[in-house]
Amino acid sequence: MKFYFKIIFILFILFAFNNQRIEAGEKNKELLKVDWSFKGIFGKFDRASLQRGYQVYSEVCASCHSMKLLSYRNLAEKGGPEFSKEQAKAIASNFELTDGPNSDGEMFTRSAKLSDKFVEPYQNIEEAKASNGGSYPPDMSVLVKARSGGANYIYSVLLGYDNPPSDVTIADGVYYNTYMIGNKIMMPNPLSEGLVEYNDGTKATKEQMAKDVVTFLAWAAEPHLEARHKIGFKAIIYLIILSILAYFSMKRLWSRVEPEV
Amino acid sequence: MSDQKKPKRRDFLYTASYAFGAVGVGAAIWPLIDQMNPDASVKALASTEVDVSLIEPGKSITVLWRGKPVFIKRRTQEEIAEARSVELDDLIDPEKDEDRAKNPEWLVMLGVCTHLGCVPLEDKGDYNGWFCPCHGSHYDTSGRIRKGPAPQNMQIPKYEFVNNNTIKIG
Amino acid sequence: MSDHNYVPSSKLGKWFNDRLPLLSLSAHLREYPTPKNLNYWWTFGGILTFCLLGQIITGIVLAMHYVAQADLAFESVEHIMRDVNYGWLIRYFHANGSSMFFLAVYIHIFRSLYYGSYKSPREVIWIIGMIIYFLMMMTAFMGYVLPWGQMSFWAATVITNLFSAVPLIGESITNWLWGGFAVDSPTLTRFYALHYLFPFLILGLVILHIWALHVPGNNNPVGIEVKKPSKDTVPFHPYIVIKDLFALLVFLTLFAFFVFYAPNLLGHADNYIEANPLVTPTHIVPEWYLLPFYAILRSIPDKLLGVIAMFASIFVLVILPWLDTSKIRSALFRPLYRQFYWLLVLDVLVLGYMGALPPEGIYLLIARVATAYYFIHFLVILPVLGFKEKTIPLPLSISEPVLNESIDGAQNNKMST
Repeated sequence: MKFYFKIIFILFILFAFNNQRIEAGEKNKELLKVDWSFKGIFGKFDRASLQRGYQVYSEVCASCHSMKLLSYRNLAEKGGPEFSKEQAKAIASNFELTDGPNSDGEMFTRSAKLSDKFVEPYQNIEEAKASNGGSYPPDMSVLVKARSGGANYIYSVLLGYDNPPSDVTIADGVYYNTYMIGNKIMMPNPLSEGLVEYNDGTKATKEQMAKDVVTFLAWAAEPHLEARHKIGFKAIIYLIILSILAYFSMKRLWSRVEPEV
Repeated sequence: MSDQKKPKRRDFLYTASYAFGAVGVGAAIWPLIDQMNPDASVKALASTEVDVSLIEPGKSITVLWRGKPVFIKRRTQEEIAEARSVELDDLIDPEKDEDRAKNPEWLVMLGVCTHLGCVPLEDKGDYNGWFCPCHGSHYDTSGRIRKGPAPQNMQIPKYEFVNNNTIKIG
Repeated sequence: MSDHNYVPSSKLGKWFNDRLPLLSLSAHLREYPTPKNLNYWWTFGGILTFCLLGQIITGIVLAMHYVAQADLAFESVEHIMRDVNYGWLIRYFHANGSSMFFLAVYIHIFRSLYYGSYKSPREVIWIIGMIIYFLMMMTAFMGYVLPWGQMSFWAATVITNLFSAVPLIGESITNWLWGGFAVDSPTLTRFYALHYLFPFLILGLVILHIWALHVPGNNNPVGIEVKKPSKDTVPFHPYIVIKDLFALLVFLTLFAFFVFYAPNLLGHADNYIEANPLVTPTHIVPEWYLLPFYAILRSIPDKLLGVIAMFASIFVLVILPWLDTSKIRSALFRPLYRQFYWLLVLDVLVLGYMGALPPEGIYLLIARVATAYYFIHFLVILPVLGFKEKTIPLPLSISEPVLNESIDGAQNNKMST
């Protein structure tokens, strides 16, 4: 009987997981899987990949996609791409933004500082829509967490452009994507072989660029992931040891109570 | 009791459990305390650049830096002379004007009274400097405390001249 | 009970205790005689206390950084996640804490159902518990709205629209709830205010819940009254305290796994998209712990009746002590009830499962059958079972060697009911 009880209990927990699986399971096709370095108990970001990923983002994506929750200082913070402070400053100074008002009551333009948020490509969502055929290129700050399937999904979409099957008609300005929900995407295929030139000499294949930029986006969505994994490991080990201590303390205490409990 | 050794072993187990548990409680409390410290976005706002080209001699401006007012005063020759002629022995918090204003024409200091944090008024008080209306502290033309309850001179923040017209505070 | 004649040893203690008997209270809590045969399912009361306090503490901390305004809410949550020192830890604790809280409360409730803890003389404990459960659902729902993601917004829209089912005044009620003509900033701000308030109401009710528990004392796996306190019970401290602590630590290990390694597993990806009143997500689901009720709501084709059925499914629990006509508490001695109990567990799991699926075709049919069975269990089976069931003889006392495992086997016992 007790055993039965336990089984049901375990099923109950598994169930909670499963519900999520079902929701996620409405996909068209099995996603491409990448062995991400940031998955798993000791998962960490690959610094070089993050730096390359930033390069892909800034050269390819940033003209349409904002990342308004990030600041330039983040690029130099621990657990991220870890550019040097000077590099991050140099990156920031490439961007201009409107500040003010000054003492004359006028707005002025200045170059961005470390403390500034990433400068957005458009003034507002309406402009972004108007410039992109009526469809808003989503902000990419938490994009990896905002799509079920996460990093694999975005990686798959980046590499999922294909000719539509014969039974599917696609309007102008819409593209066919194997992995996109509904298969229709407004974004033209952003990646092509050798599109960017990596400073570290890595060959810029489509797969490489997709992997790098998704790594960058995964960090952007979860900037404290490395700290989380590190503290988490310690916390769980600690809890297990303390549970064992508590267990033996309990056994010893209860040994005073006459048996048959 | 079955034997005499048992209590000792038991004590060790309990003590170890208590001690180990206390460490964990401490570790769990720290994030709850640390979250109230200045966060990363606040710490990043460390420096402000100010254009001072339009300030006439004898005039001052007040700018906000880290949420506090900073007085930037372009002093006249008389004010400089007055500040530099004071004997250190007459001061509550002895400090040379030369140390407070590296470039004697410019006095840059936190406009916060060192008594309880009010903002002193300019060109008031017995020493031609600043006067704090909250509890009557008098500061001289170098921002040094001369009379009243404040214990220290007004603080000088870290700053530098980026060029002749621009001061970077912080 | 022993605390009535508790006298503090120090003079100061006595002076204080005569004026405010906190020391007596503390002595009572320490000495509170607890049946010694409680199993680990009884540790969830302590675990729940921890969950409530953990949610209140982390919640107050989050409130120091959160902004309850539609334009800023989403960003302020991300500010917590990115910039505030350990903000990510505190928020993930709070977000997963609600799931752990509900996991524990469901175990707690189903333990009560199995061992008949809701029966006389513990009906008031049970009813207070149900009120707590209801307030928990309200609190969790309003808390889910605060990040102002897509799921937040649409959950708020859908749930508040339940009230539009009320005839005649439905629209006035929803407008009143929203503070406008749709879910918007005023709604967010009031949900925040109430989300902050409710946990303290729950805390007050928890104190009453424990107070009501300490009048008759704990039920226990055998479901019979304590006969001889000296033989059948142990003092709460240290015996039950250490046992609860051990269970709590094991629970915390699971909790920590979620917080540190799967913090978004129980959430929904759409809630990382900022709320947009113009676009509804393709598939709206509530958090997992509300799914069974969601399934009941959707399985009724009529709007008003669906809402009534959903609320009735909770209300039926409130009157449970009077629906169950059996005098025997523990399912250990009720072979038939035991089977129906597991059927109910299965039924609720099925309802939860269906709540996550789109309400179409076979799913809808299954959900309807499950909904019907849910009500039949409480309204028909339980009342009838009390009269029809042939129960197994109860042991004489808690201390009597109780053969939990061999109960299904041959019984030759002295006492029968």
